[in-house]
Amino acid sequence: MIQACIDIALGAFAVAMVLNLYRLLRGPGVVDRILALDTLYVNTIALLVLAGLRQGSTVLFEAALVIAMLGFVGTVVLSKYVIRRDIIE
Amino acid sequence: MSTLLEAIVCALLLGGAAFALVGSWGLAKLSDFFMRLHGPTKASTLGVGGVLLASMLWQAMQGAPSLRELLVTLFIFMTAPVSAHLMAKAALALAPKERPPVPPRAPGE
Repeated sequence: MIQACIDIALGAFAVAMVLNLYRLLRGPGVVDRILALDTLYVNTIALLVLAGLRQGSTVLFEAALVIAMLGFVGTVVLSKYVIRRDIIE
Repeated sequence: MSTLLEAIVCALLLGGAAFALVGSWGLAKLSDFFMRLHGPTKASTLGVGGVLLASMLWQAMQGAPSLRELLVTLFIFMTAPVSAHLMAKAALALAPKERPPVPPRAPGE
């Protein structure tokens, strides 16, 4: 039962990431692209955790943590660049 | 007992995946940036939270409870509003004309 649930969830997250990729490539403005990238990061974390569940390994959780931190910092830096045209003031 | 816990893990996984899918669908479908901001920052965060909770429960069922997923969940729940606020500020800085006008004062004020 658990395996089937993990597979369905993996498929749903894959479809979600394809939708994010569509917005990332298409998005009319630069903020749309930042938002799509941020959502892509969040979905990647879930995908990594699901892959770890499926394989029964815990190595991927550290990768999920690192991606969470890098995604937040990347979003903040990109947004600040759009606001001020300068990252370090 | 074990079957009940498995059912809870399954429900958390499927519910989280459904929420994340709806959030990303809203990101792709809605027409305006400020509408699009709603989908991922609320629904996707909840979806990832559900998946991480399911993972934590499953690890505890296997006899190896770990707090790393809780760390990731807390981090996402803390940082998602901050990044959403910054993205909204960036969108407002780019397009000041799209900011709605200030409503008129009430007569008694």
